[in-house]
Order: sequence, then structure tokens, then C-alpha cells
Amino acid sequence: MHLFGIDIVLLLATTIAAGTPVLLATLGGILCELSGVINLGLEGLMLVGALAGFTATNASGNLWVGVFAALLAGAALALVHVFFTVTLQVNQVVSGLALTLLGTGLTAYLGRPFIGVRTPDTFQPILIPALSDIPILGPILFKQDLLVYLSISLTLILYFYIYKTRLGLQLRAVGENPATADSMGISVVGTRYLYVIAGGAVVGLGGAYLTLASNPSWLENISAGKGWVAIALIIFAGWNPLRALIGAYLFGGVEGFQFSLQAAGSDIPSFFLKMLPYLLTLAALIAVEWKRKVTAKPTPAPSALGLPYLRRDKN
Amino acid sequence: MKHINEIENVLTPETKPTSTLTPIEIPSNLKPTTFKEGFGWQRLGIGLITPILSLVLGFSVVGVVLALTGNNPFFVYGEMYGSAFGDGNAFADTLVQAIPLILTGLAVVVAFSVRLWNIGAEGQFFAGAIAATGTALLFDKSLGSLAIPLMMLAGMAGGAIWALIPALLRAFLNVNEIISTLMLNYVITLFAEYLIYGPWRDPQGFNFPLTRTFDEAVWLPTFGTTNVHLGLVFGIVAAIVVGVLLARTVWGYELKVMGDSLTAARYAGINVIRNILLAMLLSGALAGLAGMGQVAGIDHKLQQGVSPGYGFTAIIIAWLARLNVIGVIIVAILFGGLVNSGYAMKTIGISSGFVTLVQGAILFFVLAGEAISRRLYYHQDLKKILSSAVVGRVPE
Repeated sequence: MHLFGIDIVLLLATTIAAGTPVLLATLGGILCELSGVINLGLEGLMLVGALAGFTATNASGNLWVGVFAALLAGAALALVHVFFTVTLQVNQVVSGLALTLLGTGLTAYLGRPFIGVRTPDTFQPILIPALSDIPILGPILFKQDLLVYLSISLTLILYFYIYKTRLGLQLRAVGENPATADSMGISVVGTRYLYVIAGGAVVGLGGAYLTLASNPSWLENISAGKGWVAIALIIFAGWNPLRALIGAYLFGGVEGFQFSLQAAGSDIPSFFLKMLPYLLTLAALIAVEWKRKVTAKPTPAPSALGLPYLRRDKN
Repeated sequence: MKHINEIENVLTPETKPTSTLTPIEIPSNLKPTTFKEGFGWQRLGIGLITPILSLVLGFSVVGVVLALTGNNPFFVYGEMYGSAFGDGNAFADTLVQAIPLILTGLAVVVAFSVRLWNIGAEGQFFAGAIAATGTALLFDKSLGSLAIPLMMLAGMAGGAIWALIPALLRAFLNVNEIISTLMLNYVITLFAEYLIYGPWRDPQGFNFPLTRTFDEAVWLPTFGTTNVHLGLVFGIVAAIVVGVLLARTVWGYELKVMGDSLTAARYAGINVIRNILLAMLLSGALAGLAGMGQVAGIDHKLQQGVSPGYGFTAIIIAWLARLNVIGVIIVAILFGGLVNSGYAMKTIGISSGFVTLVQGAILFFVLAGEAISRRLYYHQDLKKILSSAVVGRVPE
């Protein structure tokens, strides 16, 4: 199937691959923000995950060691954020910005010797028997690498966990009304530590997708703004993992589309095509807020998002 | 009955820990602590000792990272210091870097004063550089040095327009300005690349992605033999103007009220939407002027790498300076040295991203220092609040 010289099946298949790192980053960000902690450090977390995954795979020759390293690196950097925002109660926005600076700078410095090195192994597409033979749908949905399947499963698991389990309810309670959650015996500090760190690990994995699946090498600033796009997608998704999936694939679609157009030798200067993902992200955000304004619905953001919680009687 | 219980709880908080749990917003968490808060030693501590200590600790931690990765931190820092403040020439280059940092730093201060997170100073800088370049390419031959004021206006207008988009989105649709300004940064950077690779590319430029060099008439005059250009004066004048506007005018007072509480500002009859738009326009104009200064004072053309991230560094500068305009100038010169030394890093085989690492580490220590000094201050305050307000507390 071709349209304007673009192979549609290939485009949709690349859509999913391009959307996966953003999806993972968005999911991690949602986990973090549901507990009431804004995380503007997603870009830094992704970069740290990408470099950790890359170097660990290089050293060990094993992709799963890379995945583990990326999870660990994301969690470690997120620990810095949660320590500053929850324990020291500094401004969450500035701490997140500092985290991005730290992640960007650290990976630029540490990653320099690895520029131009290729990973010994990458995640290869896995053909799911029978299903991958379905025309059109097969190559799009059932001919992806393991991390894609993992990210889709994680989306479903998180949705179920957040909205259908007791622990998920406790998480949302901490983000909505920490005082009430505290009075119910839920540890606000403990919950925030847990989910910011877990979220950071997932974002780190999103970064690792860039170096272990999309592109088997390390580049300075390899995430190229995907962490920021993920932050916009959190708002677009209304903190709901299922809608994050839609948003991430929409982003992946535009990313894939601009690559395909470039490959098809379009007359439009590539600079304008490269603007598309960012413009679409902005447009999606405008659409969401517009709809909210028209329908006069309250924002789905966790009510305590960005606010430090201080137990009064502890002082 | 319930009421009596609650009053009891308040009076003896340690006995029943679960019933008086109301979150208290730490007053200055959402903004950097300003010089006006705190008294005596606290003011001195928060205002001076904290930033100095954060700089020292930030450099120390990065020094450990350097040592762990096989670099001699003393050598690296020595090189950095030498290239930033080592001699007159080095200091002149540092001042050159400080010019855009002062202007973008002020841009961030104006936006932060109404609690708008303008992360887009970088994009507004590019918009200003593009608009000024366009003006120069059109008029530098015909108008000569008369084109300079026109370029300044164009630069400020370009930055202001690029800031107006997120401002409108924020004021009318409540679109998060952090995201919108960031996305627009990418868009305008790509647009600048399009211009220098496409329509504005110098036909005599050997295919390099840059515009033709402006006519010498529109180069900003420099001081002596250095590269320090008139932009430094722009920066200082802008600092005075912003300082007076924020601290000495009714408008500045309105912004301050809005920064403290939007709800209070609305009740006081302050036109919140108008002020958001005006603050962002001013913020964008300052960043745009920085972009104009860079193309007219240093590069004399539009080319890639016109900004090594001034707009992002500006955020740290504004925070470190605690939104104080004189502080912005001092911190901008320090960070100008840091950016300047980034170029020297490349010659000793260290990524220029290293400078970003130093900035991130310093910012974290600034935050920590602020949190700790605020807590010392706050604890004293809280004791007062608890001892005086406990009896008067009315249960719902």
C-alpha cells in the first residue's frame, strides 16, 4: 500500500517503534506525577537511561544487562529528584530542570568516548507465529521487538494497577489529597519516594530503547526533546496510561511520517518536517485545554501536584 | 463533641498525630527566597552564603566525578579559570558571554516574578536574532548605522512575538507555558536552520550554512580592542529598567501580588490576563534583544550555534540571583566565565556538555542550601505560629 510514495504499512510499523520510547517516558512520568511530584527531568532521565543501557550492553554483550542498567540509572537519578522535592521540599519545577541539566551534562561528559561505537546487539523484531502473517496488521502489530510488547503490556498493567487496585487508589489519594491519605495511615513520603523512583526507572528504560533498539549507537542528546514531549503527553493523556498510548503513537506517527516524507524525496524542506512532531505536541495540548475550557471540566491533574506536603503536627 | 476533640488535638499535637494534618505550603517554596525575606543574619545567610557555598559544593562534587573518570580536577578547573578569568583578554571574552546571559537572565526574572516559567528564552533569543538579521540583510547597505535602532526594535519585537504565543495560550486556555515555550524553542531553532540553509544562505559562503556578513556600519561598536560590544550597555540599562519597573512601579507591585497569589490578585481587581501578557512580552523582548546583540555585536551574520543554550543557563542565573537584577548581572558574569570556559574544555578533550553538568550540580546545591536555610528560618516562625494561633483555630 502506497500513498504519495509512502509505504503505509511500513509507516505504521515505524510509528509504533518511534512512539515506544516516548510511551515509556510518559508512563514513568505519569507514575511520578500521580503521587503529586512534578517531574520536568524526564529528558535527563531518558539520556541517563540511554547511556547506561548502551554502556552496560557494550561491556557485557547482553541486552538485558543493558535494560537492567537503564532501569537502575533512571531510578538513581530519580532518587535525587525525590530527595530534593520530598525531603528537602524544594521547588519541584526547578529541581526537575536541574535534573535535566544534570542528566544532559553528565551523559555528554561520560558518553564522549562512546560516540561512534556500535552496540554489539540490538533488540530485533520478533515475529509472533501465525499473527504476524496477517496482511497489513501482522507486520504493524506482531513484528515488533520485545520492548514494544513490554511497553504495551506495561501500559495495560499500569492502567489496571492505577484504577482497579487498592495500591493504585492509595497512589492517587496521595497525589489528590496527601493530608487525607496521611490520616488514613498511608505514608505520603514513602509513597512519593516509591513512585518517583519507579517512574524514573521506566523513563530510563524509555531512554534505553533509543540506544538498544532504535539506533544502536550513542549520540550526545540522543533523546532530542522526547522527554519534553513526554511531559506534554502526560497532560494530553490526562494522567491516564491508556490515553498515553494513543498520544505516544500519535507522536510516533508524525515522527515516522516526516521520516517517510524525507525518504520519499518531498519538496518540503526537511526543517519544516522536523518541526511537525513539536507542533503536533503543542497542538494536541491546545486541543485538550480548549476542550476542557468549552466543557468547563476541572483539570484531571492530581490536585496536590507540585505542592510540598508538610505534616503540621510533626513540627 | 467533634469540635472539642479537635481543639484538644491542636493543643496537644504530640498525643494524637493524625487529626490535624493540614498541608502547609512553605511560603517561599514556589519562588526563590528573595532578599526582602528574613532578617539580619538570615538575610545575609540566604542571600550571600548560600550561593557561594553552593558554587563551592557544586564544583567539588563535579570534581569528584572528574577524578573518578581519570581527569585531574585541579588541572581542569585551572584551565577553566584561566580561560574565563585568567587575564584581561579572558575576562573580556567572559564579559562577551555575559551580555546575552544578563539579558536572557532578566527575561526569565520578569516572567518568574509572576510565576510564569518561561523556559523559552532560548527560542525568543533565536526569534530576536532572526528578526534582527532580516532587518540587517534588508537595510544595512541602504540605511547604514541608522539600521541599528531598527535592528534592536526588530529583535525585541521578534522575541516578544515568540513569547506572545505561549502567553496567549496560557492566559486564555491555561496551556502549560513550560511545554509550549519548549516546543516553540525547537520550532524556531529549526526555522533558523531553514533560513541559513535555504533562502538566506550566502551565495559566496562556500556552501556553509550562514548568511552573508552584515555591512560594517551595523556592527555594534566594541570597547577598545576587545570583543565586548555595546550590548553590555543594553544589558545594564535593561537591568536598571527592569529593576525600577518591578520594585518601584504600580505595575511591578501588581506582578508581585500575582506572583504571591493569583487568587488574591483577582480579588484585588488586578487585570491578571493583561499582566501575564505584558510580563511575557517584556520577557520575550529582553531575550530577543539578547539575540540581536549576538548577531550584531559578535557574529555579524546568522549562523549555527548562535546560542550555546543561553536561554537555559538564564534560568539558573535568575534563580541563583533570587530574581534580583543586580544579582543577575553578577551571576551572569560568573556564568559567562563558565560558558566561556566550555570552549576551552574542547581543547583538553572534554565535552563542552561538561559545563552543563557543572550548572546542574550548582543548581541542585543552590536548591539544597535554600531549603536548609529556609527550614532554619521557618522552624522559628512555625513555633510562633503554633504558640499564638492554636487557641484561635476554629474547627470546621
